[in-house]
Amino acid sequence: MKTNTTAKLKKTGNRNSTKISSKIWVLISLSAAMLVWWLLSINPQTSRSFPNAVVVFKSMKTMIDRGVFFTDIGSSLISVGAGFAIGFAIALPVAILMAWYRPVRNIIEPWIQFIRNIPPLAYVPLIVISAGVGRKPQIIVITIATFLTMAITIYQGVVNIDETLIKAARVLGAKDKDIFLKVIAPATLPFIITAIRLGASVALTTLIAAESTGATGGVGMRIRALNNSFDSAPMLLYIIVIGVIGITLEKLIKMAERRLTGWQEKREV
Amino acid sequence: MAREERSIKLKIDNVKKVFNSRNGEMIALNGINLDIMENEFICVVGPSGCGKSTLLNIIAGLSEPTSGKIYCDGHEVTGTGTERGVVFQQYALFPWLTVKKNVEFGLKLKGIKGAKASEIAMKYIEMVGLQDFANHYPKELSGGMKQRVAIARAYAVNPSVLLMDEPFGALDAQTRTQLQQELLETWQKEQKTCFFITHDVDEAIILAQKVIIMSARPGRIKEIVDINIPYPRNQETKMSPEFLELKNYIWGQVYQEYLEVRK
Repeated sequence: MKTNTTAKLKKTGNRNSTKISSKIWVLISLSAAMLVWWLLSINPQTSRSFPNAVVVFKSMKTMIDRGVFFTDIGSSLISVGAGFAIGFAIALPVAILMAWYRPVRNIIEPWIQFIRNIPPLAYVPLIVISAGVGRKPQIIVITIATFLTMAITIYQGVVNIDETLIKAARVLGAKDKDIFLKVIAPATLPFIITAIRLGASVALTTLIAAESTGATGGVGMRIRALNNSFDSAPMLLYIIVIGVIGITLEKLIKMAERRLTGWQEKREV
Repeated sequence: MAREERSIKLKIDNVKKVFNSRNGEMIALNGINLDIMENEFICVVGPSGCGKSTLLNIIAGLSEPTSGKIYCDGHEVTGTGTERGVVFQQYALFPWLTVKKNVEFGLKLKGIKGAKASEIAMKYIEMVGLQDFANHYPKELSGGMKQRVAIARAYAVNPSVLLMDEPFGALDAQTRTQLQQELLETWQKEQKTCFFITHDVDEAIILAQKVIIMSARPGRIKEIVDINIPYPRNQETKMSPEFLELKNYIWGQVYQEYLEVRK
């Protein structure tokens, strides 16, 4: 038997993938996707929506030459980053207050559950009416969406803390402040990281709605603009860009998760 | 046991605990009076729901009695205190801390830091035989090892009373026997007052100087049985006629209570 870490053993010990390493699987998956893409591009039914990879790649050069490619990505990242950061900064204390005080929970939780199911695109016009156009409404839309998801996730984490851990700390001499800093904070960390992951994902899926607020740039705005000219190659390019940003963020957060909360007994999905 | 004159370590004075639930009041404990002497080893047995854990929580200061008082060294108990250490059935180790950091947790709260904390922690980690696992996380340990860490963590802050709530209840028979033996050895070395809850009659007799049998609904003390088997006790003790006689008797009493609860 190879000397592997236990984590690796568990992963490769699963059903099908005993011999092939996960890196190879990524390559296989990617190749299969390229194949499907190519099939879509030669099928007359779908070829207009899915121009082949070469055409799409060439459209990147066009967009760069037009001087919008990098500014679009930059603009979207600013909106996503700012909206996410503000959303998180509000979600964390609200979630803790909800877990701590029953009245806060009873009043706020139904609001969150109610708004969470409404597609952001539906309330975008209301935000534009008050906040005007430009960067501000974009950030507001992403803030709302990320806040809702993250507040619920963190709240559930704080509520589900094992009470015996708090008791154990108390009998060892911990005061309220110690309990908060040395028990509740670390015990909640895995949920905070999960919330960050979900929040990042929500921030990206809200991008189109956020940039429908009369934005002058941005990945989401560009897709809508290209839509008017049925220019499918750059549209597909921008869609892929969103996907790449998403998966990169996800990987980075997972890396941080492994480093920060590797002590966990179970890893949540 | 005729040792030198000892003082009362814990005094349980007419403790009553009532829980208010949707179905009305539930009297969990009523009229509990008990004096526990210094360095005494007490085991409490009784059917589930007899209020054993409630009583332990009250002594620990984690819960307040509805009426009555607890005194430790003559002082009224009004909350938790590091002179009363607790070992929980579910280990309650902090999963984000290594074995050593878990054991140091209480020391740091006491203001003991750095090399001094490390030295004390290692002493107790060695006491429970886990020196090779000092830098492991709880998830890498077996149940028995986790409970050893919990015991080391409780000992590290040097409490004079050790409250244990079915600490070996979740362990397999061999591990349980081994930990009982280790606990007896450390108790004889470190001399602490032990208040140990179990539903295992064998465990109660092998460990305790006195076994408290509790009855349920409401939880009260049914009988106190002195265990006059000399220490050190070991597995052979369990074969002795006096052990078997006590086991028969206590088991009979507890079983009667089980039947009462069933009704």
